[in-house]
Amino acid sequence: MPELLQFLLSGITVGAVYALVALGFTIIYNASDVVNFAQGEFVMLGGMITFFAHAAGLPLPLAALIAIIVTAAIGVALNKLAIEPARGAPVVSLIIITIGASIFIRGATQLVFDKQIHRFPAFSGDQPILIGGATILPQSLWVIAGALAVFVCLWLFFTRTLIGRAVLATANNRVAAQLVGINTNYVMTLSFAMSAAIGALAGVLVTPITLTSYDVGLALALKGFAAAMLGGMGNPKGALVGGLLLGVLEAMTAGYVSSQYKDAAAFIVILAVLFAMPQGLFGRKSTDRV
Amino acid sequence: MKFALTTTALALILGLAAPAFADIKIGATISETGPASFLGDPEAKTLKLLVEEINAAGGVNGEKLELVIYDDGGDPNKARTFATRLVEDDEVVAVIGGTTTGTSMAIIPVFEDAEVPFISLAGAIEIIDPVKPYTFKTPHTDRMACAKIFEDMKKNAITKIGMISGSDGFGASMHKQCLSIVGDYGIEVLADETYGPTDADMTPQLTNIKGKEGIQAVLNPGFGQGPAIVTRNYAQLAVGLPLYQSHGVASDGFIELAGAEAAEGVRLPGTALLVAKLLPESDPQRAVVTAYKDAYEKATGKPVSTFGGYAHDALRILVDAIKRAGSAEPSAIRDAIEGTKGLVGTTGTVTMTAEDHLGLDLSAFRMLQIEKGGWKIVE
Repeated sequence: MPELLQFLLSGITVGAVYALVALGFTIIYNASDVVNFAQGEFVMLGGMITFFAHAAGLPLPLAALIAIIVTAAIGVALNKLAIEPARGAPVVSLIIITIGASIFIRGATQLVFDKQIHRFPAFSGDQPILIGGATILPQSLWVIAGALAVFVCLWLFFTRTLIGRAVLATANNRVAAQLVGINTNYVMTLSFAMSAAIGALAGVLVTPITLTSYDVGLALALKGFAAAMLGGMGNPKGALVGGLLLGVLEAMTAGYVSSQYKDAAAFIVILAVLFAMPQGLFGRKSTDRV
Repeated sequence: MKFALTTTALALILGLAAPAFADIKIGATISETGPASFLGDPEAKTLKLLVEEINAAGGVNGEKLELVIYDDGGDPNKARTFATRLVEDDEVVAVIGGTTTGTSMAIIPVFEDAEVPFISLAGAIEIIDPVKPYTFKTPHTDRMACAKIFEDMKKNAITKIGMISGSDGFGASMHKQCLSIVGDYGIEVLADETYGPTDADMTPQLTNIKGKEGIQAVLNPGFGQGPAIVTRNYAQLAVGLPLYQSHGVASDGFIELAGAEAAEGVRLPGTALLVAKLLPESDPQRAVVTAYKDAYEKATGKPVSTFGGYAHDALRILVDAIKRAGSAEPSAIRDAIEGTKGLVGTTGTVTMTAEDHLGLDLSAFRMLQIEKGGWKIVE
């Protein structure tokens, strides 16, 4: 049985990474129906900025804080410079803008920093923790805790705070939201800042495991996006469950079937789920009033 | 062919008509940016640095070298466009480049048609096998790396191994090459796992390898971050068998990424360049690699890499050939490159023949072991 446990722990480690990335998608999606494909670049920036700040001599926590703040600022800039001017455009155009932004950020990072792969030390060392014959690295626990913490915060934010409800209202009907006194521009800016900050936090937490370089964002965004779709776009619970499910699916396929079919098996399950439940596992049903 | 003839004729006429511009024009198409940029970047820097150095020392046969360099971004289509431009517009006498196997394979026909010598910087054996008259290359092939590793295993009486390979181009190609020769060394592959190039955790695959009865060592052909993660997971699971990595990760950066503790005891075939300081005084490569390492690190402030070494060797071979040919005529250069004998480069000592357009043997690789965060030569 230690094999099963090891596969499970591996799946949870990877799944928590996907879940953290997927959680970043939810806020912007909830505020504007836009799937932000630059989300992966936020994760990459979190890791890269932390590495270079740490390499420049700053202590790790300070470096991580700087990375999160700088990335949040980049998120705001992305909204102000690219999304806001195109406000009237259909959602598809906005999504294409985020793809452009992601290519731009990748290119800029490769010029500002470098093209090498980097890693900074794990927060609590590299000594594996033994659980019933299987092992997990302490950093994986940090990632899992990070994903849970972000999930709880987001859930409280969307259900218990006025501003969270304002975000949902903006997505639902921008004009109506403005009519009841919601500053929709502010809501959009806030949601980009928060999404970018969550992305950067994910980058800070996962880099000791996944390593980082200027081009890791795309792969992370794709897996995170798949996880979010599986769980139901826009729902923090969906992002968390979708991410973990995807990770465990991959690990089990790699362990019991063949590592060759790992990605294929995961995507077949996603397709099957979306076929039966187009909104994902926890997605909200869309009911349009006619 | 007619087109190629016209081009050559035109080049000749222009060459005759303008003897005042007697610089020797050499071309390069390198992936300075894009996914292969960590290969192409040091290659381009090396070429620029060496051309400057050679010109400062008086050039080749009394003529200055002129380097025309393009950045193909790792895109075979772009590389092909630049290759055509190098031949038709820039009228270079020889070309170095093709950072990746993909770009190299895409541009070989251009140079074969135009009859311009081309020295590739990519790894795959397909580039020089079968031999094409105008195509050469400097990096060792994956098959040589496999052979070197299997030789070391044989020496250590290892006969049953597990493999975990990256599914990217490099990993897949080396995986194939290794499997094609593993039988010659009496070694059996009992477990054969793969992982994706961006995967974050390989413990399931390694758990399966660990669980297989009788495995004595594990080989990981791969490139980029994958092997570093495999090495870390390998330590996490305490597999406890010898771990062999490939030449694809032979760099100080690998030890840093994997962590000195996890990488302890890992063996891999690397070039002399990586262990310049550890080479014995009597080693013929010592002077060459030390000179290049010092010059590169002084000029760029970055640690030297094997990939830059490939470009170094390509340019040295080319310059040596132009000197011996006594002319900058493409076909004369080609003949001279094929006649390269005992040229000491960073990857090894190069002796080309009509049948061998790589010119390296297994002695070009050093078997290295990682010890306390540094390298040790183990042969």
